[in-house]
Amino acid sequence: MDGMHDLGGVEGFGPVQRSSYTSVFEFSWELKVHAIGSCMLSQKCWGIDEQRHAIERMEPRHYLASGYYERQLTGFMTLAIEKKALSYTELRQRLGSDFPLSRPSAPGRLGRPAPRNFKPGQRVRVKNEFVAGHTRFPSYTRGKIGTVVSQSAICHFPDASGHGLDAHEEMTYDVCFEASDLWPGNSDGAQVHFTAFESYLELVE
Amino acid sequence: MIDSNSTPAQRTSASVEQRADAMAQAMIDSGLAEKSFVEDFAHKAVEEWVPRNGARIVVKAWLDPAFKARLLADGRSAVKELGFDLPAIHRQLAIKENTADIHNVICCSLCSCTAFTLIGLPPSWYKDFEYRARAVRQSRTVLRELGLDLPDSISIRVWDTTADTRYMVLPLRPDFTHGWSEKQLIGLVTQDSLIGVARLEMQGIQGSERVRG
Repeated sequence: MDGMHDLGGVEGFGPVQRSSYTSVFEFSWELKVHAIGSCMLSQKCWGIDEQRHAIERMEPRHYLASGYYERQLTGFMTLAIEKKALSYTELRQRLGSDFPLSRPSAPGRLGRPAPRNFKPGQRVRVKNEFVAGHTRFPSYTRGKIGTVVSQSAICHFPDASGHGLDAHEEMTYDVCFEASDLWPGNSDGAQVHFTAFESYLELVE
Repeated sequence: MIDSNSTPAQRTSASVEQRADAMAQAMIDSGLAEKSFVEDFAHKAVEEWVPRNGARIVVKAWLDPAFKARLLADGRSAVKELGFDLPAIHRQLAIKENTADIHNVICCSLCSCTAFTLIGLPPSWYKDFEYRARAVRQSRTVLRELGLDLPDSISIRVWDTTADTRYMVLPLRPDFTHGWSEKQLIGLVTQDSLIGVARLEMQGIQGSERVRG
């Protein structure tokens, strides 16, 4: 989905600033949130792609106004309720208040193309696709041409597993772009690599 | 979370801390989690997932060329030799080697993925919108903001963590460490250098004071 989470290349943000604290967690409740997610993942209440997507589905203003661990918690509460591991009514009773959840999901997609086995050095284009559900190509790569560097890991297709669907495994590729091709005339010079699922790519003849 | 733009779902009197408490307690009460699950997790997150793990891997690669070759070819298998077993979802570990004229830096524009068991849980700036939005597009500027002013002779490779391959930078061994012990070398390698927002040879010996974990 073209959501608020898809931040690569978005302009308007200020300088990156180091935090004033040096511990991993600034507040103890942040540790608790992380523990909640880790526990629910290990209990197989949901998968990592569903977890990512639950956060992406937050109402955009809520997403942007929340810190990292509030976004995590919102995703966890949403999934726990959607999966009926916990009930909204019971949590509401504990809190004495309504509480925010992410928005409902659009349908996922299965998509199982024949393997194309891209080779290092081949030029590939990230398909001009607009996926309503979870997907893992950043929009800054959409329609752009890059070069296959190598095969990467074989992973579950996130556009399916992000929706709890029975996801196939497919090859991912290290694909390299020039920043000047991604944002002509308005970027620092660099090679930008991302790990692309085979389904996201088409060969440039 | 209450302002004129908030949606009904956002209007709540429950703080995020109260919401975390409620969910954690509900998990315990329903049998989804052990009573001690937060403390158990804290041990892993704070004691086990430390940048010193990545530092040990880096120093082994500096001292043992055969290990370095295995590490660059298949990071996941190579780090097992040192006793590091990556989470199942981190399907592959890709080590990106810095050279005198190539600098690697890691980010995750879509969320905040890292090889956290090896480099430690990421610092807050890694998860901030500023870094996620700008590391891919304004890499040299962002590095400068984080204290690394690269000369033009060094080109930049940015690695956006979008699938289940995890990245770690293999920093260049500084010349001034000639004759150092393994322990001294491990103490030099910072989390910043494993993410790629510092170069050890550019920060000098005082950089060793910044090591965490």
